[in-house]
Amino acid sequence: MRHVEKRLITLTVNGENHELRVEPRKLLADALREDCRLTGTHVGCEHGVCGACTVLVDGKPVRSCLTYAIQMEGHEVATIESVASNGVLSPLQQALHEVHGLQCGFCTPGIVMTFEAFLKSNPAPSEEEIRDVLSGNLCRCTGYQNIVKAIQMAAVQMRRNADHVAA
Amino acid sequence: MKPAAFDYLRPSSLEEALQQLAAGGDRAKVIAGGQSLGPMLNMRLAMPSALIDLNDLTELAYVRDGGAFLSIGALTRHEQIAGSALVQARCPLLGQAAKTIGHYAIRQRGTLGGSLAHADPAAQFPLIAMTLGAEIEIARQGGSRRVPASAFFQSAMATALAPDEIIRCVHFPTISVNEGMSFQLFNRRHGDYAIVAVAATVALQDERVVHVRLGLSGVSAIPQSCDAMVRPLLGQLASAVWAADVARAVRAAVTPEDDAGITAVYRKELTEKLVQQALERALTRAKG
Repeated sequence: MRHVEKRLITLTVNGENHELRVEPRKLLADALREDCRLTGTHVGCEHGVCGACTVLVDGKPVRSCLTYAIQMEGHEVATIESVASNGVLSPLQQALHEVHGLQCGFCTPGIVMTFEAFLKSNPAPSEEEIRDVLSGNLCRCTGYQNIVKAIQMAAVQMRRNADHVAA
Repeated sequence: MKPAAFDYLRPSSLEEALQQLAAGGDRAKVIAGGQSLGPMLNMRLAMPSALIDLNDLTELAYVRDGGAFLSIGALTRHEQIAGSALVQARCPLLGQAAKTIGHYAIRQRGTLGGSLAHADPAAQFPLIAMTLGAEIEIARQGGSRRVPASAFFQSAMATALAPDEIIRCVHFPTISVNEGMSFQLFNRRHGDYAIVAVAATVALQDERVVHVRLGLSGVSAIPQSCDAMVRPLLGQLASAVWAADVARAVRAAVTPEDDAGITAVYRKELTEKLVQQALERALTRAKG
């Protein structure tokens, strides 16, 4: 097999710079878990289908198994570890907790990252829009109903918080 | 699985990318969104010697009004096309199709040029390009050429792109305000590739159908235009009966093959149903 030198890259994750030596073929998901020791990002299918590894790149949800760490130089990566602040869950995390929107939790980080971004760009989605977006994240425990409910609850809470800030 | 080792190049201009591609020979591969190439790399179905990453070429991400056509840069993401007011106004068929590609996260990353270059027989953008008669503008070192969609797609996953060429942009003929359009697809799970998909535009005059563009994917190795099949039925009164007649004619003309899990007759059934639905919706929209 061909040998390719490791390269020194700077990966910006959750506002922190990480200097890493990685082969170009290193998946972003693996760099996050193995090199940055941020194991909240889960790896399911490794070909873009299951959505478990979804992180944000420059604020947009991206499959970290379909991007290579070396491609992320100059971009901002955000993982599930950045969502709660000082131990306080985000409205979406809180809602998932309250209405039993997760069971084993394997798919949850990907769902949270997807909808943290989606609810910012679409603060008042219809149930149909939520289900359309949720179709990109496979969950084998819950049957999705409570995830949809949690996202609806979170959207309401986030709009209230925004109104509160505006007022 | 993990990809085999590859070198990584990150050009800052199209010129530089073309140079690197020419120097890399036929084992270097360009990567844009990576939403199709990524899985192929991870499963080692593709093992290029080097990846040439086009993601810094943001000058290739745009939607421009060119009058009779919309020019869309190769690096434009599906989500930008789906959300573009200009696409919605001038070529809504394209916007509607873009909304159905993969999933939300996939659409943030996947690109128009990548989808055409990959040429999956069930993909949305090749079908729309074929239906509307788009032209694909291709760059190579020291020049460029424009290739009509009908000559660009050669077989499943095979195009007219030479190893040293990169798609620069795509020119989509626009849809006039008195035309109705519809995009219909059927798949087993939301976000999967379509088993069969149909794109249609219709124009009416004195309640008669005077112009139709009809494209179909899922029944052949590349998307096909059904305009010739529709021609004998032009000039008739716009009605559900007309839509059903066209759908039957298209069903009779297509020749899908049996494959693992999906029979040819099932694809024919889907073709008839989806063509009928697409034409009915397009007619409703054309009647405004």
